[in-house]
Amino acid sequence: MNHSISLTINGVLREVALADPRVTLLDLLRERLDLTGTKKGCDRGQCGACTILVDGRRINSCLALALSHDGAEITTIEGVARGDQLHPVQAAFIAHDGFQCGFCTPGQIMSAIGLIEEGQAGDDPERVRECMSGNLCRCGAYSGITEAVLEAHANMTAAKQRRSA
Amino acid sequence: MTPEINLTRDPAHLRHGSSIGQPLTRTDGVLKVTGKARYAADNHPPGMLYAVIATSCIARGRVKSLDVAAAKRHPGVVDVMTPAHKPELAEDPDAKGNPFAFRMELLQSDEVRYANQAIAVVIAETLEAATEGAALLSPRYQVEIARVGLDAGEPYAPPVVGIGNPAEVVHGEIDAGFAAASKLTDATYETPAQYHNAMEPHAIVAVWDGDKLFLDTPSQGMAIAQGRIGGLLGIPPGNIHINSPFLGGGFGSKGLVSGPQMLGIMAARLVGRPVNLVLRRSQMYGPVGHRASTRQRLRLGADDAGVLTVIDHHARITTSSFDDFYEPAADASHTLYASPAIRTAHEAVRVDTGTPLFMRAPGEATGSIALESAIDEMAFACGIDPLDFRLRNYAEVEPTTGKPFSSKALRQCYARGAERFGWARRPLAPRQMRDENGFLVGWGMGTATFPALMFQGNARAVIRADGSGVMESGAHDMGQGAWTALTQISADALGLDLGEITFRSGTSDLPDAGIAGGSAHTATVGAAIHNAGAAVIARLAELATPDERSPLFGAGNAGVVARQGRLHRRDDETRSESYAEILARAGLAEIDASGTGAADPAAQSHYAMHAHGAVFAEVKVDPELGQIRATRLVGAFAAGRIINPRLVQSQLFGGMIWGLSFALHEEAVMDHRSGRILNANLAEYHVPVNADVPPMDVITVDEHDPHVNALGIKGVGEIGITGSAGAVANAVWHATGIRVRRFPIRIEELVTGLS
Repeated sequence: MNHSISLTINGVLREVALADPRVTLLDLLRERLDLTGTKKGCDRGQCGACTILVDGRRINSCLALALSHDGAEITTIEGVARGDQLHPVQAAFIAHDGFQCGFCTPGQIMSAIGLIEEGQAGDDPERVRECMSGNLCRCGAYSGITEAVLEAHANMTAAKQRRSA
Repeated sequence: MTPEINLTRDPAHLRHGSSIGQPLTRTDGVLKVTGKARYAADNHPPGMLYAVIATSCIARGRVKSLDVAAAKRHPGVVDVMTPAHKPELAEDPDAKGNPFAFRMELLQSDEVRYANQAIAVVIAETLEAATEGAALLSPRYQVEIARVGLDAGEPYAPPVVGIGNPAEVVHGEIDAGFAAASKLTDATYETPAQYHNAMEPHAIVAVWDGDKLFLDTPSQGMAIAQGRIGGLLGIPPGNIHINSPFLGGGFGSKGLVSGPQMLGIMAARLVGRPVNLVLRRSQMYGPVGHRASTRQRLRLGADDAGVLTVIDHHARITTSSFDDFYEPAADASHTLYASPAIRTAHEAVRVDTGTPLFMRAPGEATGSIALESAIDEMAFACGIDPLDFRLRNYAEVEPTTGKPFSSKALRQCYARGAERFGWARRPLAPRQMRDENGFLVGWGMGTATFPALMFQGNARAVIRADGSGVMESGAHDMGQGAWTALTQISADALGLDLGEITFRSGTSDLPDAGIAGGSAHTATVGAAIHNAGAAVIARLAELATPDERSPLFGAGNAGVVARQGRLHRRDDETRSESYAEILARAGLAEIDASGTGAADPAAQSHYAMHAHGAVFAEVKVDPELGQIRATRLVGAFAAGRIINPRLVQSQLFGGMIWGLSFALHEEAVMDHRSGRILNANLAEYHVPVNADVPPMDVITVDEHDPHVNALGIKGVGEIGITGSAGAVANAVWHATGIRVRRFPIRIEELVTGLS
């Protein structure tokens, strides 16, 4: 039983032959496409380490079957920076020390990028904390994460205004 | 201000630090935010197979049968490792070579000693096939009744607690202490089993090449792991290469190599191909350690002036049915508060769980929440403000030993934390404050403490012909920031700027850095680096000072100073020579030297060495629903020299969040009928999420400690939990007037009392 799907991953269209229908998007990325930046912390949608963007929306890739996302546009942590230039969220995570061990970090960053796009938190720290609560950090880097999201949001909003002005 | 490193044991090489003390961002930051940091399970050697452990769903008994044939029939399954089909080991995994060679389940028998124990390993071409194969094993069991909880059996006195501490310590006259008291409190506190739950599950990628073994696996102690693995397999430890550049969190659970990691190695041996084995989250609740549950009785006595006359701290703790690790919970009472009489004692009960282990602040965390609660209760019984009460009982020397402290800026911690928090406005009685929404508001505090430990570690320093430097030490970065902090120390140790040095770490072929634990890694490896740097600089000086062609000729007596890649005569700093020039004249491509960091036994016998702190917490409680929210946390800590303030703040924040979690969130709930953990997952085992964590404030109080080690480092990895847990619990009492003594504090325990 062979299944073939096409995915646009970080801007590159890829034809993926799947011999097994059980493969999740997370395991596809990590074990078959050598995109190991996305992490598996629980495999049950409880920790958020596997957060990626699918068609612009943040999802737990461990709960998504690859087969059911034929044609999807996927962004992972590997597709966020532009060459050596970090995404504003990545830069803000470094500046605010929004991580320690780094294992939840790809998921936190993808979630933050998704959240800023959704526009549902704005510059309200309480909303940021709530809307980032699907991403666990056992090291407890939450203060830095919240500050990083707020700063990145401010920088990205300012940049957008400059562009439209 | 630029800190100065004083090479106290070798004043000829006084040097000025420029990197230590700087709030640098992480040197591994870009790798971590771009997904390029390669953790163990990110490695895919060619031909790699996937191994999945099948685990027991009973807590005690025997495996009667496994349907190996069904698993093997599944497409993609390559082999099934069982007690009847596995590589031979050179050593019995139940042999107890030393107290810290913990017994592990490596399929040596059909016995089940706890739920989630490995009973077979399925190896397959894909993760999906291995997972399905493990499910198809359909084990049948002979079940025995599981022993669960603190009353499961007859308690006994453990031989030692923690790392070789006596189970009972008596200081002064206990009976006299009680007789002298005009106020007595007697309260019993319970703390649950907790699981480390590092975000990265234990993982191993094992590759055999003849009798050489290459491992990608997270380790807080690579050399110890090499020894243990080599012993079990009957190969020299030097044949084992461990690659552990990044740990996705450890917290103690990756301090010693675990059974599942060994099973991955055995699976690779069995099939003759590289094998990846990653634990499922639920499988981390058993074979990789946990914090034991405790029941602690604290009886305190105080006189009319609010001065303690006795502290009697008794702890009952659990350990596994088959091995010994005893959480030293009562030892928290040894150092914090002055009292003419102190007794700490432990008793243990065997239960059917995996063996408990070190978990961030083992003993200190469990003991601290009980002690800080008891102190709070006594302060209220005496009608004294909790901070004032702690100051009245301030320990000027270590109470149980009488030793002076090597340094102790706890008074400043109390003062600065209280000021920042606004503690002076706290009403003495509980349930006096409400916010604008009608929520009950409470303020609580706790004292933080953790010993300033040193283990042993080594480093090698190199100066190269171009004047640049290399520092090597097989240290472990589990998120605390070893890559960064040790690079900073390396730069200063070599007298070079950060950009001119390379710091190599994270693999077992580098000098043994000991174990990343006990909040001692920066101090231990930092001292090794400091000494290696001093030694290589001394070698440079030996090349230059006897040489008439060097501007440093004859400086041997006055000594030299190493700074920014040059040696300067100490008595005439205008006379200097660069490292590159010295090596060029000597015709050397590089020179190297080694250094060791270890505790100074003389200093340790003279001084008690501890970090301290004070934590203040505000909580708000819904008067109808009993819902508790921590709304403010302020911690002031004195922990010797701070290598990197940015990373230290993060460590202290993280510790305080663990304290908050201890008080309000985390608990492994045991099913008393089956002995299984009911919430072995991250949805139901509550660790704080971002929304649970209030705005926090950390103050680091300057502390110069000339005794702890050459760099004056005390360590900050664990102290943040202590004090914080008690502060939050005391704030809940202050908000509600209800004293909950079983942790975590739950809504249901408040809601009946509130109505």
